[in-house]
Amino acid sequence: MNRFTYARAEQVGDAVSAAMQRRAATFIAGGTNLVDLMKENVARPDHLIDINRLPLQQVEETEDGGLRVGALVTNADLAYHPLVEARYPLLSRAILSGASAQLRNMATTGGNLLQRTRCFYFYDTATPCNKREPGSGCPAITGQNRNHAILGASEHCIATHPSDMCVALAALEAVVRVTGKGGERRVPFAELHRLPGDMPERDTTLEPGDLITAVELPPGRFAEHCTYLKVRDRASYAFALVSVAAAVELAGGTIKEARVALGGVAHKPWRDRTAEALLRGKAASTEAFQEVAEALLQDAQGYRHNGFKMALAKRAIVRALGEAVSGRQAS
Amino acid sequence: MKISFKVNGAARELDAPPLQRLLDALRLVLGLTGTKEGCAEGECGACTVLLDGEPVNACLVPVGQCQGREITTVEGLGAAGHLSPLQRCFIDHGGAQCGICTPGVLISAEHLLRRNPDPDDDAIREALAGNLCRCTGYQRIIESVRAAAVLRRADARDVGDPRDVGDARGARDVSHDRQEAP
Amino acid sequence: MRGEATRIGDGINRVDGRAKVTGQAKYAAEFEAEGLLHGWVVSSGVAKGKIATLDTSAALAVEGVVHVLTHENRPRLAWFDKSYRDEDAPAGSPFRPLYDDAIVYSGQPVALVVATTLEIARHAASLVRVTYKTEEHETDLAARREKARKARPGKGGYEPPPKPRGNADEALAKAAVKVDAAYESPAEHHNPMEMHATTVVHEPDGALTIYDKTQGVTNTQTYVSNVFGLKPDQVRVISPFVGGAFGSGLRPQYQVFLAVMAAQVLKRSVRVTLTRQQMFTFGYRPATWQRVALGATAEGKLEAVVHEAIGETSRFEDYVEVVVNWSGLLYQCDNARYDYKVAELDVYTPLDMRAPGAVLGLYALESAMDELSYALHMDPLALRLANYTERDQNTDKPFSSKELRACYAQGAARFGWEKRLPTPRAMREGNKLVGWGMATGIWEAMQQKAAARAVLSIDGKLVVGSGTSDIGTGTYTAMTQIAASILGLPIADVTFKLGDTTLPPAPLQGGSWTVASVGTAVKAVCEAVREQVFKLAKKMKGSPLAQASLDEVIFAGGEVRLARDPAQAVSIAAAMRAGEAFTLEEETSTLPQLQEQAKYTRATHSAVFVEVKVDEDLGKVEVTRVVSAIAGGRIVSAKTARSQILGAVVWGIGMALEEETLMDHDLGRFMNHNLAEYHVPVNADVRDIEVIFVPEEDEVVNPLGAKGLGEIGIVGVAAAIANAVFHATGKRVRDLPITLDKLL
Repeated sequence: MNRFTYARAEQVGDAVSAAMQRRAATFIAGGTNLVDLMKENVARPDHLIDINRLPLQQVEETEDGGLRVGALVTNADLAYHPLVEARYPLLSRAILSGASAQLRNMATTGGNLLQRTRCFYFYDTATPCNKREPGSGCPAITGQNRNHAILGASEHCIATHPSDMCVALAALEAVVRVTGKGGERRVPFAELHRLPGDMPERDTTLEPGDLITAVELPPGRFAEHCTYLKVRDRASYAFALVSVAAAVELAGGTIKEARVALGGVAHKPWRDRTAEALLRGKAASTEAFQEVAEALLQDAQGYRHNGFKMALAKRAIVRALGEAVSGRQAS
Repeated sequence: MKISFKVNGAARELDAPPLQRLLDALRLVLGLTGTKEGCAEGECGACTVLLDGEPVNACLVPVGQCQGREITTVEGLGAAGHLSPLQRCFIDHGGAQCGICTPGVLISAEHLLRRNPDPDDDAIREALAGNLCRCTGYQRIIESVRAAAVLRRADARDVGDPRDVGDARGARDVSHDRQEAP
Repeated sequence: MRGEATRIGDGINRVDGRAKVTGQAKYAAEFEAEGLLHGWVVSSGVAKGKIATLDTSAALAVEGVVHVLTHENRPRLAWFDKSYRDEDAPAGSPFRPLYDDAIVYSGQPVALVVATTLEIARHAASLVRVTYKTEEHETDLAARREKARKARPGKGGYEPPPKPRGNADEALAKAAVKVDAAYESPAEHHNPMEMHATTVVHEPDGALTIYDKTQGVTNTQTYVSNVFGLKPDQVRVISPFVGGAFGSGLRPQYQVFLAVMAAQVLKRSVRVTLTRQQMFTFGYRPATWQRVALGATAEGKLEAVVHEAIGETSRFEDYVEVVVNWSGLLYQCDNARYDYKVAELDVYTPLDMRAPGAVLGLYALESAMDELSYALHMDPLALRLANYTERDQNTDKPFSSKELRACYAQGAARFGWEKRLPTPRAMREGNKLVGWGMATGIWEAMQQKAAARAVLSIDGKLVVGSGTSDIGTGTYTAMTQIAASILGLPIADVTFKLGDTTLPPAPLQGGSWTVASVGTAVKAVCEAVREQVFKLAKKMKGSPLAQASLDEVIFAGGEVRLARDPAQAVSIAAAMRAGEAFTLEEETSTLPQLQEQAKYTRATHSAVFVEVKVDEDLGKVEVTRVVSAIAGGRIVSAKTARSQILGAVVWGIGMALEEETLMDHDLGRFMNHNLAEYHVPVNADVRDIEVIFVPEEDEVVNPLGAKGLGEIGIVGVAAAIANAVFHATGKRVRDLPITLDKLL
């Protein structure tokens, strides 16, 4: 761990201006990812701004009937919030399928969004990694890449985003409220995380000093028909090899609206609106689900150890959509 | 920085770097080595403690964040010299083997039983999902928690306040497991 | 329970349970010392080459850093390999930390930063700058298989493969039905929940008290004395509690070396704890390739067994384990041929890990037997019974006891094996495929020399000690129970001490021999005390036992009683008082009855039955039911015995489905060096496991008749699961672990 200075922020504005004064300043909330990264010398902030006292702890209804979740609401509080359980069960299930009770009690909403991508090489400072040390190379491309991306990767980085919560938020089309240099702004969820391209060191589109203050959920439409399916190497406490957040709105037997977001396959939660649109107006059927699955994975590229994710993702999509339509989430 | 907090009911104060892990503050500074270190990465649950009543991994909690808060460790589970129902049942049902995961498991289970006095096996598994064990194969941990739930409910009927169960039961404890650390 | 005598075989509670559930049990990293310093290890990032530059100046400049030890400033160390060779060392030249500039594996310690606090040491360690002159490395067993060679023997307990019998290859060629396949298994790490740690207390007189995580305090003591040129009486090693080890503590690991070196150089007390990542930088179960070919008659009589294996080892030592020998021992077959080789790689030397060798060999053999059963259209259990042997053909000796047939029968009955539909993919539940598989397990029943001391006080308290260890297995409990039963004392009046070099020496805790070895010594020493008590009781004035002989009395409730008339009794306290003996002390060393034992093959056996449910679309396998029937001789302590098997079965689940240390061969480095990505089974992976102990009498193995249980529980489990997966899906996966991608 490197040396750093530490300060507590009491107001959002103070936190943001403090962060803009130091190039390597970082906010710390739950710390579940950051403390780990700092111990491994992967993250080396020179200044920590503790934001735990900021007034961002509320879950409240918005005027349009949606929900605003303060950035400091813990993952556990969010998952078990009665309004979330009732209106956004997809989000509850996604959160509870991730990490452990202990971690969910510490991890915050904003922190979950900002957790770094997961990759053996990124976490091991003895190895090259373009994300950690830009230009040093990506050994994962030819190395141990069973967990890695099959969609949207680049020749510089094939890491995957590890969050379950974010996959649900992508499907639910959440909006992220950010306060930064230019004041407050709203970032559509799809625009928060980025693909690695030739700048894999950047996981998100946020600028230095930007502070996530809240996540807003549009009114819940999918409570009856949604599922979060996580496929992993053991029954709990493992990152997703592939996960699917599927949500549909039905009118009679016809699909009015469908959302499919994938986790474990890309540098960000993966969505493809064109593929989802294939379901609109169709009767729910395995064939229709397969068509979406094919469309979602059409550009997928496997590496030595992760090619199986392509077939797995397709099957998981079909399974998840089936469960969502039937309203029965298998455990 | 100066930090004051409560550990197992007692007010403690220490001067620590803000990112010192709560785990090191407990083990190295306060000498409470009952909380164990199994990975230091939030992946095993051996260091689980209650922070304001909620289980967290002490290896990932900067002690700076504990200002004014209340921490419960395994040392705080029973009353002085007496075992809590969970501790009792972990002995009777073989829930502890090498003993490294045990304190964290006990804390997670304590939290579960405070919330849910009659958990089924799936609820127990879910509550303990963040606690790895390499010795027991888990089955006896589940058996121990199940038995402790029964014991707590029985004692709650006798005593009233379930939070007092540990003491009440401990007072009647006629353990022959008296061997302490040699 | 107070006042009641405990018998061998009772299911008593773990005597150290209270210390463990209250957090009072102290482990190696938890002992305090005046002015204790903390060491943090800096590890190599390359697999092979030389250290080019090593710059410690930035680290040394940090306030609170006391020293940075490297190969450049290390003190003088022993010269000869034999000084570094510990009790579990294989043939070769043991690794010497910080010895010179050579890098022989990735993760090798290259410096130790010693500071006043852990935080400072960790921070300063990140400032140590090391550059390397790298050389080409090889870490891939598959690529080096052709270069495998015969292993040098020399490792304690290792038996090279027996000579072939008959002509296996010819018999195989002629056999009516045959199977011939290769099986692969990856490197696995022990990953006990406690990380390796050592606290060295530098005593004022220069002596060292070393709290070490070890499976044998004597082994650490000898190693430290030899390497650092100290007299053994200057080195006391203590290890009261060990947070799991599974073999990882069989050899002194480098943290003890580094902590001692720092304490010696600085004349201060030092603690070194490894990180979880560093737990992947020493011994492990070696990646292994095997070929098993079986030939049989159309009726299912085995005609040929060929078993070949190649395991990885380091460049500097020949790690060896018994992988193939079991195949000619478990079944009746007149033609058998074995081959076992090692391939040198640029890795650290592998290390015994729970049921070393057997767990691999039986995975391959029992998978092949399953494959043969389908080729024969024969029930897998029936095939095993058809080839059951009462004699070990490898050595042409009978078994000292073998209740494997009862394991098969009772395990199958409890499991409901007769309801199995023979065809793969025939059993379903909802949208899941159901598979039932079985396998046999075997492990040696061994006994080593061991010593124990017992002191009985006039207040009826008995203290027994032996320098063995309790890695969570229940040594404290089993030994307390043996001692209590012999003197008829309540458990509460007996204290067993272990893990201290001031106690009489015991062998390393490994190989499932602790109860057989130390238990025998404890039994003998307590019997010696018993005889003393009896003599005093007889001599008492007006003793009702005056005419009795030792075999006519029983010891119970703190008294010596006439067996035929228990009312005729003398209390132990009274007898001692009369004899003016305030304490009675005995020390005994016991040896196995080698001559008698040599006439037999001595082994534990098991039959494992497994049910899996497979979600075929997603490849997910759940192990929903396991019945493990064990023939392990006499069970000394029923509760801890059952725990041993339950835990081992779950190790088998991990081996079959989850555990694999992934090596990046370009970097020559293990990559999933954490518990998030090295998958050990979690709670939710485990469902119903049932353990049956089949009664088994054995007077040859040792005076207790106990065969040991630490290993047998895992042997065969991986094969049973793989076989169940085949039965469910029709897919035969021959490389472990069976992760979901292999079933898609």
